[in-house]
Amino acid sequence: MSASAVFILDVKGKPLISRNYKGDVAMSEIEHFMPLLMQREEEGALAPLLSHGQVHFLWIKHSNLYLVATTLKNANASLVYSFLYKTVEVFSEYFKELEEESIRDNFVIVYELLDELMDFGFPQTTDSKILQEYITQQGNKLETGKSRVPPTVTNAVSWRSEGIKYKKNEVFIDVIESVNLLVNANGSVLLSEIVGTIKLKVFLSGMPELRLGLNDRVLFELTGLSGSKNKSVELEDVKFHQCVRLSRFDNDRTISFIPPDGDFELMSYRLSTQVKPLIWIESVIEKFSHSRVEIMVKAKGQFKKQSVANGVEISVPVPSDADSPRFKTSVGSAKYVPEKNVVIWSIKSFPGGKEYLMRAHFGLPSVEKEEVEGRPPIGVKFEIPYFTVSGIQVRYMKIIEKSGYQALPWVRYITQSGDYQLRTS
Amino acid sequence: MTVGKDVSALFPDVVNCMQTDNLELKKLVYLYLMNYAKSQPDMAIMAVNTFVKDCEDPNPLIRALAVRTMGCIRVDKITEYLCEPLRKCLKDEDPYVRKTAAVCVAKLHDINAQLVEDQGFLDTLKDLISDSNPMVVANAVAALSEIAESHPSSNLLDLNPQSINKLLTALNECTEWGQIFILDCLANYTPKDDREAQSICERVTPRLSHANSAVVLSAVKVLMKFMEMLSKDLDYYGTLLKKLAPPLVTLLSAEPELQYVALRNINLIVQKRPEILKHEMKVFFVKYNDPIYVKLEKLDIMIRLASQANIAQVLAELKEYATEVDVDFVRKAVRAIGRCAIKVEQSAERCVSTLLDLIQTKVNYVVQEAIVVIKDIFRKYPNKYESVIATLCENLDSLDEPEARAAMIWIVGEYAERIDNADELLESFLEGFHDESTQVQLQLLTAIVKLFLKKPTETQELVQQVLSLATQDSDNPDLRDRGYIYWRLLSTDPVAAKEVVLAEKPLISEETDLIEPTLLDELICYIGTLASVYHKPPSAFVEGGRGVVHKSLPPRTASSESTESPETAPAGAPSGEQPDVIPTQGDLLGDLLNLDLGPPVSGPPLATTSVQMGAVDLLGGGLDSLMGDEPEGIGGPNFVAPPAAAVPANLGASMGSGLSDLFDLTSGVGTLSGSYVVPKAVWLPAMKAKGLEISGTFTRQVGSISMDLQLTNKALQVMTDFAIQFNRNSFGLAPAAPLQVHAPLSPNQTVEISLPLNTVGSVMKMEPLNNLQVAVKNNIDVFYFSTLYPLHILFVEDGKMEAVSSRLQGSNIFTVAKRNVEAQDMLYQSLKLTNGIWVLAELRIQPGNPSFTVRLPAPALPALGCLLPCAGQPLLPSLLPRAGVSLMGALAQLGWGPSEPDVNEHQNSEPSFQLSPIRLPR
Repeated sequence: MSASAVFILDVKGKPLISRNYKGDVAMSEIEHFMPLLMQREEEGALAPLLSHGQVHFLWIKHSNLYLVATTLKNANASLVYSFLYKTVEVFSEYFKELEEESIRDNFVIVYELLDELMDFGFPQTTDSKILQEYITQQGNKLETGKSRVPPTVTNAVSWRSEGIKYKKNEVFIDVIESVNLLVNANGSVLLSEIVGTIKLKVFLSGMPELRLGLNDRVLFELTGLSGSKNKSVELEDVKFHQCVRLSRFDNDRTISFIPPDGDFELMSYRLSTQVKPLIWIESVIEKFSHSRVEIMVKAKGQFKKQSVANGVEISVPVPSDADSPRFKTSVGSAKYVPEKNVVIWSIKSFPGGKEYLMRAHFGLPSVEKEEVEGRPPIGVKFEIPYFTVSGIQVRYMKIIEKSGYQALPWVRYITQSGDYQLRTS
Repeated sequence: MTVGKDVSALFPDVVNCMQTDNLELKKLVYLYLMNYAKSQPDMAIMAVNTFVKDCEDPNPLIRALAVRTMGCIRVDKITEYLCEPLRKCLKDEDPYVRKTAAVCVAKLHDINAQLVEDQGFLDTLKDLISDSNPMVVANAVAALSEIAESHPSSNLLDLNPQSINKLLTALNECTEWGQIFILDCLANYTPKDDREAQSICERVTPRLSHANSAVVLSAVKVLMKFMEMLSKDLDYYGTLLKKLAPPLVTLLSAEPELQYVALRNINLIVQKRPEILKHEMKVFFVKYNDPIYVKLEKLDIMIRLASQANIAQVLAELKEYATEVDVDFVRKAVRAIGRCAIKVEQSAERCVSTLLDLIQTKVNYVVQEAIVVIKDIFRKYPNKYESVIATLCENLDSLDEPEARAAMIWIVGEYAERIDNADELLESFLEGFHDESTQVQLQLLTAIVKLFLKKPTETQELVQQVLSLATQDSDNPDLRDRGYIYWRLLSTDPVAAKEVVLAEKPLISEETDLIEPTLLDELICYIGTLASVYHKPPSAFVEGGRGVVHKSLPPRTASSESTESPETAPAGAPSGEQPDVIPTQGDLLGDLLNLDLGPPVSGPPLATTSVQMGAVDLLGGGLDSLMGDEPEGIGGPNFVAPPAAAVPANLGASMGSGLSDLFDLTSGVGTLSGSYVVPKAVWLPAMKAKGLEISGTFTRQVGSISMDLQLTNKALQVMTDFAIQFNRNSFGLAPAAPLQVHAPLSPNQTVEISLPLNTVGSVMKMEPLNNLQVAVKNNIDVFYFSTLYPLHILFVEDGKMEAVSSRLQGSNIFTVAKRNVEAQDMLYQSLKLTNGIWVLAELRIQPGNPSFTVRLPAPALPALGCLLPCAGQPLLPSLLPRAGVSLMGALAQLGWGPSEPDVNEHQNSEPSFQLSPIRLPR
């Protein structure tokens, strides 16, 4: 059904640590992995799934490590990949950074975790907060009676332990919207979507029952709230953290849940309603072979005048053999980053409705190089606080706990750039 | 884990540390044991005591750890000691221990299946499905699925509406991984009707909002499969289609590897149900920083979604991609433009002009790729875009890849009459004839012959030159043969040559790059798994693929319909009737290949082909009308009526299914009923035989044995030249006449043939005894499969020992005696096989009990021992239950049966037969 063994390899393909879950694949099979990977990469046919004889390798790369699962059977590939990513997440929570060094420093704990994460190829407990309750980095003495299985592991609520206590009960809600944009070279928008996430930071005692109210159009229609006064938003695809009762949402669009403690992502949603690109870029890149490249970039803030975009970074591609950069900007500063072959124009604060200009000039060598270069797109990064493009709002957050304490919800909105690409000609 | 050093020598010392109370140390010792117990099985025993002790530790963490580790020690001696602790842990009060123990059963089963069955662990595991804790349920489901997968016939997961309900309840409560186990398990269930399918779908759809992509994909699998059962007119069907699109689109924001899996699956979904994503073209547009494997998959899906409505956008994108730098991606983009032209007719012109623009870029590989696809466009739209040939010819010199050269040569040959200097162009290619690849050589030969037939006067010399190059100077047999054929054609009958060489070619269509429907349906059942990523059935890449049950989509059943109709047989049910396809193995292959598989020689057409058409008017009267005007509802839109000449005149001979109908008639009259005929089973699935599906059965009619075959062409090309051979077998069965399929078999056509058999072939004992290995050849390939024939077809008419029971007699099973012991009817039967073996059997019937017991107690039957290994094999179920049913009928008629015999009831609740064989001395 799933993985037969899991390996963590260093960047050269040498196994650092491995765990054989089923014993049906010889552990030496992993030796074929790296040569296979290199070979496929050379052929230009690299894929996340490789096979050697009867053995299939499913792999992901994280910093300087390869995480590889092997199987002989028709395993559930999506399960294996999401398990591998989950493993990375758990290890990162334990060791801050997951890399070769942290694996080497924590062999024992890695073995313990691998033992708990998966059994006979079936993923088991992968919630790092719960794991940290009974697999700790300090050695445990049994007689203390401390290291028992927290009942949480097998509870229906497997993500929150009982008996959590805070002096001040608070919830912080972050509504973060990322704008993905793809514009082609002649300026028409190919794809524009908003991917929103609602992140919670929960400091609540006991087992609180939470209910989140959004200005969701479907909900408004269900409850008859859809008047002209109430602006509502149509969420296209909503994904929830496992704590949310999905069947309840399916029935009456109520988002009700018992939250895990601390930080977590409650939900994500997607909207493909076309919105005006928040920062619009017009560019002219003129290349005079053997002599120079001239770049003119115009950026325009197409959002409300009261709002301000912070930390705007516009990266414009330049040929890799360009030299002697010269810039002129109406605001902010430009910098040439030769290792990425881009000019980065940064503007600390960019109010809505404003328009700025940058000019750049590069020299080109007189001898042209052989290989053709790709045409990377112009990328834009920004962050606009106190604002959501979609207009989504948190209408209420109800917090009910049997002890009856008062808790305060805090909401913060932010819109930022996601995958924001404008192709150049 | 020890940097490659072997530390097994420390085994005793490490085991001594086992009884530590440091949990971390204990875990490490356990880990050590897992890794080294196999190399030191004797010493591993030393650890058993501690394990057993730990399984009773007050701390559930330790209990679980011990039972988990014991399962991982794959040493036979240890497994025996594991049973008791495991049994306790399965009933442990702590759910953490129970869930670990559930997985341990699967581990133990993997090591020693028999032990697990004997100890009754499977039943305990089944009970855990009703456990109060959702984690335990999920692990029990996972363990059972795992066991069922390796033993497809075990029928472990006999899912019924009650257990499904339990699973659906647990689905709402368990972890993300548990949800995947349960969803994957649900996907194997076949609801009894559309109402049940709908209610399951309703409860599964909330899972589409789960943050874990794997949960979403598993839910999509269940929905895609059950949707098959829903009527398209249903409102719910439309709702479901709408609900599926957004989650599939969101999967594209996952990590690249998950995106890749999702895209490969979307590719299947788009082919199966294009309506789901038809408005979502834009999300498949390629981004600059997508990994190459994601880019290529997106491209593929874009073409599948291309339609008249969005073609302009798609073409603009493809053109953009074609000017990128990544060579593989660019090539595929250019190819995609050609596929769009073929798929969306209205866009063809725009595609061609886009391709011409690309040719103007003069980028070598773009030009070559463009020429290859333009050739395909010419094939699809002949005589429409020839004006571009001039532009193509300009690039003649830059072509260096064989495929592009061959395409260009084909174009020149095909349109030779419009290209003034065609002879010069082809001549220029001819100079380096021997340095070209075979593909180019063959194409050049054909092109020049075409040119000659079109402009005979000027090209005499050229054609002679190429023919001599191909026939005299070449070592390539293909090329030589083709050269000779042309030469002879041209020299004997130029008119015929013209007809052959310049014949009109069938149009190509978009279908060529679609996955074959049968395979597609199977892959839909494997959404999310490796099979769906490879686009291959699991049997193609999993070792021991013969054990894998083919999954197929459930047929649509309305709740009003009778649930007893044979079509509703559960798809995932263990298939006793499913034949093993013989793997291509050395010795067997040699054996079969020694046989002559040539085309059938002369002889009276004993077997007659007929197009399958429900109830055929047997006596031929209606046949002309059937052949004349195409009857509606037969064969679907792809039905191609074979030329009338192909229908043989003598219909007096046997005619597939009609024959048995005839005999059924006689049985109604009630004199001597025909022997029982097993319903046709699929022997060779289309997937294994490049689209040829063979199903069949064996019959015995008045002393002659025949094999009734039904051949179905599920491929996209016509099949001809059928021939059949049997491997040597236990009773010397061999075809008595060649397999005669008169008309070529067009796609989607089915033909029924009755092949007479005799028993004079060479004999070789098979395992099991009634195994028959068959090779079937057609114009595509040779295919092998094996099947089990019911023994009763070999029962000869003179096997009678004493006259009784007419019904059994029909199958040549004869009753010797009957007696009544302890309110049970005992029947003693006799039968005789073609090779003279006598079989005696005792049949025990209890009134009111639908199960019969068959014993084979007769002593001193020399060859009977070899019958026994078949126990439990499909032989007996296929022979006996039916015989039993007909026996019941017979008994009822004679007034012997249970007080109120109800034959129908017995047919519903398949009587189970227990065979208690006694091993006889040989």
